[in-house]
Amino acid sequence: MSPSGKLKIVWARSLLSSSIKQVSGSKSETPNPSITHVGLVAATYRPTGPGFSLFHSSEPAQQHPRRPTTSPIATAESVLPSARQGSTTLAAAREFIRSRVLFAACVVLFLACFAPRLNAQTDCLSCHSDVTMQDANGHNVGVNADTFHSSVHGTLECSACHTSITAYPHPDHPQAVKCAACHADEAAAVVGSVHEHASDHPCTSCHGTAHAILPKDNPKSAVYPLNIPATCGKCHGDAAMAKQHHLANVYPQYMDSIHGYAVSQEGLLVAANCESCHGSHHVLSHTNPLSPTFKTAIPATCGKCHAGILTQYMTGIHGQAMASGNQKAPVCTDCHTAHTIVRPTMAQSTPVCGSCHQAQLSTYRDTFHSQVSNLGSYVEVARCSDCHGEHEILPASDPRSPVNPANLVKTCGRCHQNANAGFVKYEPHANPHNRRLYPVLFYIRSFMVLLITGVMTFFLLHSLLWLIRSLIEKAHRRSVKGEK
Amino acid sequence: MPDQKNSGTDIELPNPSVAPVINAEKVPERFFTRFTLLQRYMHAIMFTTFLGLAATGLTIRFSTNAWAQHFALAIGGFGAILFLHKLCAVVLSLEFLYHVQNIAVRIVVRKEKGLLWGPESMVPNLKDLKDIIGNFRWFFGRGPKPKLDRYAYWEKFDYWSVFWGMIIIGASGYVMWFGPFFGKFLPGWALNAVQIVHGEEALLAATFIFSIHFINAHLRPDNFPMDTTIFTGTQTEEEFKERHPEEYARLVDQGRLEQALTTKPPTWLLNFSKVTGFTAVLIGLLLLVLTVSAYFRE
Repeated sequence: MSPSGKLKIVWARSLLSSSIKQVSGSKSETPNPSITHVGLVAATYRPTGPGFSLFHSSEPAQQHPRRPTTSPIATAESVLPSARQGSTTLAAAREFIRSRVLFAACVVLFLACFAPRLNAQTDCLSCHSDVTMQDANGHNVGVNADTFHSSVHGTLECSACHTSITAYPHPDHPQAVKCAACHADEAAAVVGSVHEHASDHPCTSCHGTAHAILPKDNPKSAVYPLNIPATCGKCHGDAAMAKQHHLANVYPQYMDSIHGYAVSQEGLLVAANCESCHGSHHVLSHTNPLSPTFKTAIPATCGKCHAGILTQYMTGIHGQAMASGNQKAPVCTDCHTAHTIVRPTMAQSTPVCGSCHQAQLSTYRDTFHSQVSNLGSYVEVARCSDCHGEHEILPASDPRSPVNPANLVKTCGRCHQNANAGFVKYEPHANPHNRRLYPVLFYIRSFMVLLITGVMTFFLLHSLLWLIRSLIEKAHRRSVKGEK
Repeated sequence: MPDQKNSGTDIELPNPSVAPVINAEKVPERFFTRFTLLQRYMHAIMFTTFLGLAATGLTIRFSTNAWAQHFALAIGGFGAILFLHKLCAVVLSLEFLYHVQNIAVRIVVRKEKGLLWGPESMVPNLKDLKDIIGNFRWFFGRGPKPKLDRYAYWEKFDYWSVFWGMIIIGASGYVMWFGPFFGKFLPGWALNAVQIVHGEEALLAATFIFSIHFINAHLRPDNFPMDTTIFTGTQTEEEFKERHPEEYARLVDQGRLEQALTTKPPTWLLNFSKVTGFTAVLIGLLLLVLTVSAYFRE
């Protein structure tokens, strides 16, 4: 039998079996509109030739765990009780097919002209539309035809992707689908990315089941902006997986962040999702200088959305230092964190700034400002950014800086209404332990410490000796009493 | 009072040899005034506001500690803490001013010279120095217990440390409170200095009162567990003789002893004194533990 003849038989068989399904309304089948459609078409074609009558009660192929390796004709003949016409009919069919190959091919072509997708897909779907179908290795090879037709690839022939399958019966181990054949740019981008050697399929693990891939702007798509966190979170929200790859389990952190909230709760398409910062196909480690999450690239990455803040940051001392190549200079994520996105304007600001400015944090801790912020729940109090600014932090020597001596009355005056030139001479980061810089405060503190130590030592000694003497006297009195 | 004395000292009550001795003396116990009603009220206001100032002030001073943050949260955050601190400060300041005015009137108007100098004055004199040395000799068994007058040297120290402390802590506190105002005529470093002085002096005051004052006044074996004299204003003749022998002898000599005679304080007052005293001591000791542990953790 020529390949085209085989194909034709398979096709004819599927048409017929579908039509039967429709007629009998078999409950074992998943209702499938496309197959129904095929059945209707099949009904129209029933009179094409006597050969079709051979398959009028063909057993649905889906009941086979595997695609049968024997000829469908033989199957029909041997298995089905309805093939009661015996070998004469079968032989007639063979005769018909052999003699009318050309004619049948023409019919196929004709059909293809009117319903091209039907043509190619239905051949495969005649078996593979059973969604529970498995191959010898237990892999699911069933295709939900309905879902597939509505997918972004729904108009393609099966063989467009499954290129190694050109005829039936097809090889037991068809070649793996190469998405790169069409999506060359994306495939090239994956090469060299952190996902290149992922054990899961690099395409489907993000884009979803191969036969159900939807366009990116479809709200049901796995890579629709609002769905991206959940898609990435399938792996990156898995604590065990994160541990294995020495990654932080960032998914819950992201979901609780302002970005995650905007995406998950507000459905904000412009809110940052994973892809916004990490890219999609060419995700690189933050240690890779080419990565958008590499330290020096972060301002630009965040600045894609936070453009105004980026300008301020680049003007400030941190941005300047970063631009001049200082690796220690903080970028956005050093203060805000990458996934949690803390707001350091709140109480957390002091430890955040203090992680670098330790001496300043230590002296801040000595001040009333710090004490208020430690205890206060509602009291507005000066924290780092209130005096130094936030993104556009400038050194005190810069006339634009809020802590420049010329601006102090205004800066302090934001809270201290009657701030004046004398008042702002207060040194908020004074260190009384430093004799060189603050001699007066050093000696005042030393005197106070000496006073405390002296007074307490003297009186504790006094009390202790007194206690001992009192106890001796008491014991003495008791013994005198006892003698009497 | 005799019954109370008995029950206090003789726990093994069915001791027939002791009871008849006391009965044999047949001297009814006498009570003498040590503090006036005004002084008792002044002390009450002072220790109440002091506890308030210490509790809120130490919370601010040791604000990084969990206990401080929980306490602040419990009473309404920093705003409440600072409000209570300032409230207590104002009340104590007014009391201080009233005390100064009272002393000034007694010295200038009523010409009570004994207030400024002499055995009944709070002003330290040579005898105090001798008492200190004498007491240390006694501690080491090198001499008799010194005969103290109306105010023992440690009581004078208590008085003057509080007097000095209220000026220093109060003044520095008001400078901080009204920073912009004082900034107009104080040098730049002064605003920093007042903060150090306020904190350290207050730390001294709190640790001193909650340890030394409590020990000297209440917790030492002779007075344990509570000396109620400052609350009732009275002491028994026995206590008078033992604690202030010099004053007692002088009053007897001058025939003024009977002027100080008073009646036994009512039971409710004694009970009230004990409850109040114990409460204050317990709060103080708690604050002391928290302060010392926080100070050495800093």
